[in-house]
Amino acid sequence: MSAERRVIEQFDETTADLPRDLALGLDAHFERLVRCYQDRIYVFCLRYTGSPEDAEEIAQDAFVSAYRALCAYPTDRIRALALRPWLYQIALNGCRNRARGKHVRLVQMEGDEDGHSEIEPEADERERPDVVLERYEGTRELGVLVATLPERYRESIILRHIDGMGYVEAARVLGEPVGTVKSNVHRGVQMLREAMGRTANEGSIQG
Amino acid sequence: MSEGYQATIAGTQRVLDGLHRLGNVQAPSALLPGVLARVGLRDAYWQQDSPIGPVYVAYGEAGISAVRQTSTPAEFEEWYRDRFGRPAAQVARPPRPLADVVERRLGSDVQGEIEIDLRGVSTFQRAVLQKTMEIPRGEVRPYGWIAREIGKPGAVRAVGTALNHNPVPLLIPCHRVVQTNGRVGEYAFGSAAKRAVLEAEGTSPDLLEDLAKRGVRYLGDTEDHTFCLPTCAGMHRRLTEPRFVTFRTPQQAVSAGYRACDVCRPALAS
Ligand SMILES: [Zn+2]
Repeated sequence: MSAERRVIEQFDETTADLPRDLALGLDAHFERLVRCYQDRIYVFCLRYTGSPEDAEEIAQDAFVSAYRALCAYPTDRIRALALRPWLYQIALNGCRNRARGKHVRLVQMEGDEDGHSEIEPEADERERPDVVLERYEGTRELGVLVATLPERYRESIILRHIDGMGYVEAARVLGEPVGTVKSNVHRGVQMLREAMGRTANEGSIQG
Repeated sequence: MSEGYQATIAGTQRVLDGLHRLGNVQAPSALLPGVLARVGLRDAYWQQDSPIGPVYVAYGEAGISAVRQTSTPAEFEEWYRDRFGRPAAQVARPPRPLADVVERRLGSDVQGEIEIDLRGVSTFQRAVLQKTMEIPRGEVRPYGWIAREIGKPGAVRAVGTALNHNPVPLLIPCHRVVQTNGRVGEYAFGSAAKRAVLEAEGTSPDLLEDLAKRGVRYLGDTEDHTFCLPTCAGMHRRLTEPRFVTFRTPQQAVSAGYRACDVCRPALAS
């Protein structure tokens, strides 16, 4: 089953009635909204920032903002809301603001005896987006690579291949044409593949 | 198909598989309760270090609602539900601004606004608690002083009861309120804890007990002829006799020609 299909099913089963229910009783149904989307929104923030602490905080802020917005919206607007892309947009803004507000620094790396390198980023540690792609094997290392991709590739890649979102919805979240998102995903995957390839083939670091 | 092309296909697939795996993460369990607390739908609490060891601190939309020492989270939750009629769920930590201000309040820095949820508290109790917040660190005031200051001089016992039901000990410093005879007295967390907190703030419980034993409730400054509560830092900072004289009652001080300090307003104490 493709990632996209997985997400769509989850969407259909649990959230189809949610906008209507929220319009009828925000307080009664808001917890359900958080339960439905917290994993996805958290993953997005986690892969964007590379930091579990930051991700939890940004995701929490996003849901609090969503609640406050819903309080202010007329019921018609809530009923017509496409909740998922809307929540992703709020989370995306939180991630972007966080990334811009913070001091950026390079992740320090040291090799162990096997010539392997381990990355132990501190909670707030982040790489400069333009000093991308050291090579590491394995999921954790891939996570580090993703979190250090330049923003436009990172956002597209996370939405499309980590969260399993379709191109049309991803384009909507990002406010970009579908073609742009596709080419960013393509280019991002290529960068990741090259970085991973360097890991597999060599022992030395290349910028 | 070239070898290089096949390697590229394999590499791409490896990346896509890896990305897919990166999506298999669940939100931390504290995320939902944290959100619900902040929007006012359900309270949350966390474990916090304090001068008397770990305590549980609960909060909701209207601010900090409770500070309590229990041996287990389950015990705290049961107590919370009994006391407030609503549940609280544990979170790893509160939002950063809240954590910071609580940390500072429990330490030596009293700066920073702290929101305390006193919605479930009577008007009288609120007056008592607000007055208690005015007592500076390192000083103490008698129950009778609080009663007089809030305009209810006859309600000394009710002040004691109100403080005993302080929902947020440590943050509202009910440990700085002592018996009218000057002894350290009771405390929501036990009198040993009260002594420990006072000690941590630089107030000597032994000195308080010693003065109480000797019947000394006021100190008079022999130079400027004002009299104070013993811990008042407003005018008198040192117990360096013989510069000080001691009094048992305000009347005694007044008839000796002393006037009340206008910082600690000692004559209000009965
Ligand atoms: Zn004084």
